[in-house]
Amino acid sequence: MTELIINLVVIIVPIALGYFIGKYLEKKHYASIHKREKELAYIPAIVLKKPLQPDMVTSARLVSGSVVISIDKFKRLVAALRNIFGGNIASFESLIDRARREAILRMKEQATDADEIINIRIETSSISKNSRKGSIGSVEAFAYGTALKY
Amino acid sequence: MHLTNIETIPGKTITEHYGIVSGSTVRAKHAGRDFMAGLKNIFGGELKGYTELLSESRDQAMSRMTDQAKSLGANAVVNVRFSTSSVASGAAELYVYGTAVKVN
Repeated sequence: MTELIINLVVIIVPIALGYFIGKYLEKKHYASIHKREKELAYIPAIVLKKPLQPDMVTSARLVSGSVVISIDKFKRLVAALRNIFGGNIASFESLIDRARREAILRMKEQATDADEIINIRIETSSISKNSRKGSIGSVEAFAYGTALKY
Repeated sequence: MHLTNIETIPGKTITEHYGIVSGSTVRAKHAGRDFMAGLKNIFGGELKGYTELLSESRDQAMSRMTDQAKSLGANAVVNVRFSTSSVASGAAELYVYGTAVKVN
């Protein structure tokens, strides 16, 4: 009986920790993303290949930003349950959304003196693909583009 | 060395093409970082060690590409693309390629 209780605690405690701390960290991260997005909104970041004013460009350079974000235990459980019934996994959507926006922000932070960033490409990759037990579930977002100065 | 990921370098004219140049690196993470990442995996959040590892590797791949371009006599690389693939579990390949050109 005590063995069963210990086993249950070992399973439940990381999930509960993941739920509460993970939720707190996500909230904090989103707050910081919203704040910095407002601060850096003065640099237009666009996916077009052509500069807005092609004749006035004085310098062009490659800028990039990347981030690796890991999932928490609770999200992993939710995803595993979703795998049975199907449907969209909202907890993963927010994870990847955070990673991409953070990568774009880091790219912009590299180019605070630029007037425009064009031809932005965003790449996502999972570092450890195998789903074997004990592997790290994480996603990398990498954003790059050409920063222009007028 | 000018680097852009568009077809041209704005304000400059391309005078010569040297073809494709590329650089790649395969990196594995070390056990210490992996252990910390394992702990982080319970709570979620950013894995700073991995972020650093990947950006270091990407810088190395880029410098390999620019070295290759320099040895060809180019002074710029245009249309730079990045690509990532996981070769084995725990190792990632970072690959970067572009077209070496001469601009004036």
